[in-house]
Amino acid sequence: MTRILHLFLVFALLGVLAMGGGTAVLPEMQHMTVHTFHWLTDKQFRDIYSLGQVAPGPNMLMVLVIGYRMAGALGALAVGIGFFVPDCILTLVVNRWWEHLKSPWRVSVQRGMAPVAIGLMLSGTWAIAKLAVFGAIRINFEAMALALAVFAILLWRHVNPGLLVVIGGVIYLFLPH
Amino acid sequence: MAYLREYLVRREEWMTDEQFLDAMEVSETLPGLNAVNMSVIVGDDLRGVPGAALAVLGMLLPGAIVVMTLGILWESNRQNPLITRLLEGVAAAAVGLLMTVTLQLGRRQFRQFPDIAIIFATFIAVSVLKLSLPLVLLTIGPIAVLLYRPHPSRPHLGESLPFHRGEHHEKHRR
Repeated sequence: MTRILHLFLVFALLGVLAMGGGTAVLPEMQHMTVHTFHWLTDKQFRDIYSLGQVAPGPNMLMVLVIGYRMAGALGALAVGIGFFVPDCILTLVVNRWWEHLKSPWRVSVQRGMAPVAIGLMLSGTWAIAKLAVFGAIRINFEAMALALAVFAILLWRHVNPGLLVVIGGVIYLFLPH
Repeated sequence: MAYLREYLVRREEWMTDEQFLDAMEVSETLPGLNAVNMSVIVGDDLRGVPGAALAVLGMLLPGAIVVMTLGILWESNRQNPLITRLLEGVAAAAVGLLMTVTLQLGRRQFRQFPDIAIIFATFIAVSVLKLSLPLVLLTIGPIAVLLYRPHPSRPHLGESLPFHRGEHHEKHRR
């Protein structure tokens, strides 16, 4: 029971810290689940992140797998409620108050927090790049080529990004290693 | 987000483009996943709290079932080198996707000062100095907001918001 509560509290904290979306909180999530609490290894964290990429819907649903791994179905539920519900309640309250928040500071907050969110997304991208491309021993050049190819294709064309990532994974199976 | 806009504004006509961008503004500013925050706002605007709850469930439940199924399959096949290799490839491809999303969401911010400085200060604080996220948000956040404090000589500050109407406005319209 304490483990369930612990999972709930950790993911509730991660949820409210997710300024700028799920990617923004990835470094902190990795730090907490891998280094602070030793729930996962780096490799497991990367694999679970990839599962979230393969499934439809928001990638961050992968947090459920972390909860399941730690404490079964109840763990998944605790993580899901912790990670998603507080943000939903906050959004509901603020949405109803938004029109009343006509202060010029509202724009200042939006304007100032936008680059912070982008910086956090950059850190989230880097966290996954370190796990997938820059291994502990050597740089994985096939992985780097795949990441750059996906990047180039998405800048060039409008393709379904989820599908492209899955196709990328399958192509990677056939790359020499 | 392009899909969300396509369905909400064009197919279902549940909201106007302007309402969509207003909702986007709220959901971008608050913590949490954008898609989930958008579901709350759209559901609440259309049908109140029950609408918001159902919209969130609709957004999360199908993916939750799939990801849990995959998670259970993964648990029992973790030693399979083919699975490991596939997930390694997916993670690598995801890096490309994350690069694109970050660049596209930040295309204005990457082009102007002091935003570039704030972006890199945040990146260095989290990824190089490994400072905790609450600390980063509580130090760089207020500094960034103060840099954009209300000022009588800059009345059009709102125009450079990431999702301010006008920017995407015409793009998806024919």
